[in-house]
Parts: sequence; C-alpha cells; structure tokens
Amino acid sequence: MHGSRIPIWFFIGLLLAVYGGMILGYGLYESTTGNFAPGVQLTELHTPVWWGALLLVLGLVYLFKYRPGKTK
Amino acid sequence: MFGVATISPSAPAGPLASVPALLAFSAEPLAHLRPLDIAVIAIYFAMVIWIGFYLKGQSDTGEQFFMAGREMTAWIAGLSFVSANLGSLELLGWAGSAYQYGILATNWYWIGAIPAMVFLGLVMMPFYYVSKTHSVPGYLDLRYGGEARTVAAIAFATEMILMSGVNMFAMAIVMKVVLGWDINFSIIVSSVAVALYVGLGGLRSAIFNEVLQFVLIWGGALLVPILGLYQAGGWTGMQSKIISNLHSDSYFHLWRDTGSFASNPMGVHWTGIVFGLGFAISFGYWTTDFLVVQRVLAAHNLRAARMAPIIGSFFKMATPFIVILPGLLGLVLLQNSDGSRRQLVGADVVAACTASSTGQPLDPAGCSAAMAKTNLSPETQQKVLSGAPDSELHDYNQALPLMMVRYLGPGLLGLGITALIAGFMSGMAGNVSAFSTVWTYDIYRPLIHKNATDKHYVLVGRLSIVIGVVVSIGAAYLVQQFHGIMDYVQALFSIFIAPLLAAIMFGMFWKRATRMAGFLGLFTGILFSAGLFVWVKLNPAKLAIVALSPDAKPMAENVFRALWAFCFSAIVIIVVSLLTKPRPVAELDGLVYGATKLPTEEWVPFYKREWFWATAVGIIFVVLNVMVW
Repeated sequence: MHGSRIPIWFFIGLLLAVYGGMILGYGLYESTTGNFAPGVQLTELHTPVWWGALLLVLGLVYLFKYRPGKTK
Repeated sequence: MFGVATISPSAPAGPLASVPALLAFSAEPLAHLRPLDIAVIAIYFAMVIWIGFYLKGQSDTGEQFFMAGREMTAWIAGLSFVSANLGSLELLGWAGSAYQYGILATNWYWIGAIPAMVFLGLVMMPFYYVSKTHSVPGYLDLRYGGEARTVAAIAFATEMILMSGVNMFAMAIVMKVVLGWDINFSIIVSSVAVALYVGLGGLRSAIFNEVLQFVLIWGGALLVPILGLYQAGGWTGMQSKIISNLHSDSYFHLWRDTGSFASNPMGVHWTGIVFGLGFAISFGYWTTDFLVVQRVLAAHNLRAARMAPIIGSFFKMATPFIVILPGLLGLVLLQNSDGSRRQLVGADVVAACTASSTGQPLDPAGCSAAMAKTNLSPETQQKVLSGAPDSELHDYNQALPLMMVRYLGPGLLGLGITALIAGFMSGMAGNVSAFSTVWTYDIYRPLIHKNATDKHYVLVGRLSIVIGVVVSIGAAYLVQQFHGIMDYVQALFSIFIAPLLAAIMFGMFWKRATRMAGFLGLFTGILFSAGLFVWVKLNPAKLAIVALSPDAKPMAENVFRALWAFCFSAIVIIVVSLLTKPRPVAELDGLVYGATKLPTEEWVPFYKREWFWATAVGIIFVVLNVMVW
C-alpha cells in the first residue's frame, strides 16, 4: 500500500499496542497484588507482564514506522 | 459434557453422534471470560469493521473490489495466502490430530503444502499472472473455453459457500463448548462482521484483515507451546514423558512408521502421503484452489506474485509450532483435578457418555461399550459411569482450548479466544470473497448478463457477498442436521480438487491439450471421484480396494481417492487430446509453457530473488523432515 493511505501495518501496530497495554496493565496489577486467576498454571512466570510488554513494544514500533503521512 | 462434532481434517470418519443431540445438552463451559477478555474480543471486532469502512472508498472499480487493485506487496499477499488457509479446521482440528497421531500429522503442513507452494511461486504463477485472469476458472476459460470454466466455477462456488457454512458452524460449536456461547449468537455475529468488512472493502479488506488475523493468531496462540515446553522440561522432557505414558515412540516419527498401513495410527502408507497428499491433494489445493490463489493474483507485479507463496511457505512450515506442538504437549500436561493424566477421546465416545443432570451417563451401557474401545483406564471408566466430579470426557478437538485455559489468565485468554475467532473469520472471509469473484466473473457475466458496466459488476459482487453469507448461514444450520461434517467437507474438497489439478496442469504444460479434453477431463474426473466416494460410503469394505490395503483407514481413502481421480482425469485429457484438434500455438501465448514469452523482470540482488528463497525453503524443509524422520 502506498501514498497517503493507511498501511495495514499501522492497523496491526495499533491493535498490538492496545492489546499489549491492556495485558501488561493487568499483569502488573496481578503481580503486585498477588491476585492470580484461579486454575491458571505457571503464574510465577508473570507471563502477562512480559508478553504484554512485548506486544506493546512491537505495536509502538509499527505505529511509529508506518504512521499515516510518512513517506516511504 | 458433550462432544464437538469431528472437525479435524485428518480425523477418520468414525461413528458420530447426532449433532443436534449433542447441542441440546447444556454443559459447563471450559472457560469463563472476564471483562478484560470481553474487551479484547470487542476491540478486535471494532477494528475489522473499521478497516472495512475505511477501505470502502478504495473499492469502487471491479479491479479494486475483486482484485484489490493488484497492488499488494509480496509480504501482504504472502501472509494473506497462508492466513486464508488458517481457518477453523486448522487450529483445533490439527491440534486434536497431533494428540491422536503425534507428529505424523505434520505431514499435512510440510510435504502436504511446501513443495506445492514453492512450485506455484516458481513455475505456475507467471502463467496465472501474465494471463491477467481474475480467477482460476477464468484461466480455464482462456485455455480451454467456456465449458471447462462453467464446470469449475459452479463446483467451486458451491464448495466455497458450503465450506463457509461449515466454518461458521465449527466456530459456533467451539464457542459453545469453550465459552458456553449460544450457537445462534456466534453464527450471526461472526457472519454479519464478515459480510460487513468484505462487502464494504472487497478483496482488499479481506486481505488486510487476513494479515491482521495472521498476526493475532500467532500472538494469541504462541504462548501455549512456549509455556507448555517450559513446563514439560523442553522437547526432550516432553518426549520422554510421552514415551513413558504411552509406551511408544511413534508419536515422534514423521516417516519411519509409514512403511505399512498397519504400523502407524493414521493407517496410511508413505506412497499415499507422497503421491496422494504431497501431489494430488496438496498441488490441487495450493496451486488451483482460487481461495488461496486469489491472494497472490492481487500482488503488484510478477516478482511479488512469485515471492508471495514462497514467503507464505516459511510461515506454513512454522505453523506446526502453534498447532501440532500443543496437541503433543496435551498428551503429557493435561490433568484432572486429582493430578492424574486427562485422556481425550473421540467425539463419538463423548457423545455416548452424555451425562444426565445427576452427572451419570444417560445410557450407561452405550457409554461403557464406547469406552471399552478406548485406552481409558478401568478407574477412569468407572468414574465416568458413576458420574464422579471432574470425570467428564473431552474430545480430541478440545486439546488446544484446554491448553489455553491451562496457561492463559485474563486478557491473555481473551487474546487466545480472539486468535480462534480470527482464524474462523479469515477462513470465512476467504470463502465469501473468492465466491463473490467466481460468481460475478465466471457465472453471472458469461451466463447471465454479458455486457454490463463495471459498476454493475461491483454491485453484483457486493450483493453476492451478502447473499453468499446468508446461504452460508443456511448451510451452517444444515450441518447441524448432518452427521459427520468433516466427511462432507473432505468429500467436496477432494472430489473437485484433483480433477481440477489435472485440467490446469495439462493446460499449462502441454500445448496439445484441447478444449474438449479439458472439459471432459474435469467433468468426468469429478464424476469418477464422486463415484469413488459414494462407493465407499455405501460399502465401507471397498476402502480396502480404493486405498490398496485392508489395513487402510479413512484418511488413506482421502489421499488415494484424490490420486486416482487425478490419474483418471489425466488419462481422459491425454486420450481426448490425441483424438481432437489442438489450438494453434500462437493462440496459447501467455497461457502455456513453451508457447509464452515471459516478461523480463528488473534486476535485483540475489537475496531478493525468488530462487534464492525457494532454495532456503527447500533446505529447511529437508532438514526438518530428517530431524523427525
């Protein structure tokens, strides 16, 4: 996709950033309060924190790199 | 407690229970979503519909609506190419198959896809692309004439709509089992969303969403094998636990046990895997099924069109990591609440043991007889019969959802469920967008309204998406009344795809193939293939003849039926071609190998050339096969 159109990678970046922020936020809440969801295994790995952070960083990179109006 | 109808593409067609009976039973869902999970799912739906509205203004002409303006990059076309295939039957069905058959199921991802994808990119794509056809039936029209096109278009359009209905039903039933969602709610919400974004933005919107869905599928499903491997002690830990639990190492061998039908749990022979799956089915699907080929035709130049399937093949090779591995991990990690190993069983066993409100089976004798055919321990069988707490049975197709529930907490579970929904919707969107193009260009335009304006055909395309979705909904409800939906899907797919492959292959690589030969080869091949299917349906003992062994199982029938159908069509095409007059070679320019001067492509460094990456795919493919030989 070219020109002034929004590239697909921007949409992907937006979604990943939003999801990453939500999951990271919940992971931090869970880790600080110790209020883990019952039945879920390996909570000691704090998966939502690092997976959420990864999604957030990836999303922000894509958002910045493919922001609308940026020429190729 | 109830079973999902068998949805695995590999699952043998066993004795299936009545789907309506299963659905009538209200069960405790596997997972409960929190508000954060609901928000994740709602944001996904909002995003795909927003993309549809955003792209509406870029889909005004036929070329834009049906072919996405032919301006997709190799990466977008390549990811869309694999994503359109990563539908509902993939994620859950193959995880269940891996639980049942082990790594043998990976053949459907490797030899059953990679050689065909590379062949499409390197050899066939130039002819599809240079001919500027809108569709695969459109190529048949250019090569053989209207008769072959009409047969292919009608068969393909029918298959797409019914497949879409199956996709929809599969999604709805999984959502009921996993989340307890109402079947009607799931069907209506998903189909309205797909109709909106594909109807508004056409193929461009379908492709955009498929790329988005591809990222979500990996983002949502990748955690399961990572955490599972960590908990199982890595690959070697998983391997030793499976061998210790099941007293067999055949779960880790792709080829070693395929020397005879009886020595592997799938009941297939390597000849069937190589020639039936690796050639007839795989080449038929990946090189002639318009659902996937349409994505590549939308590429912005020939080089991108050739690179797209090769890029896609890397991701296809990696997909077993999120599909097959969770199934294998389920063999060692799924536990009951008392810590004992949870064993999954066939959907027929789950259905036979459907419990009453007291927790005990409605039909204890039937349940006992069904469990006797499994390797459930006597203690487990007794628990099920007595209706003990936490004794409900789960079927193979629940392997992946059970693994998700095990590791994914709030937010992550929503992402995992979104990955499943995205898989379902990308498959369905692929079906309806391909249907719309074939209906408009290969049925409506040549047979109903020849000389209308471009605007008129775009309107017909948009309407056909809405009508296609409505018919799909009807098909989804029809499936509820139909026993064994995978029988029905596989029958449609394998009956049609092998004769089509023969017609395309001979048309593209043999100048002598004639108009009458193309039509008769395709038409009689479909009849022959359907005849084989009906023959075995009416008399299951004939499977031994079709699949060449009394030890063959239904999966072997599928691969061998496709192989025989290809051979039959090929013979018809050769014989009829030799008896009829061929077209002058000058008329075959742009359509046939040896009669076409391909355009010269601009010079690029070696690392941007399709041959370089095809070689890399080939090396990785060989190494992977040797590693798990």
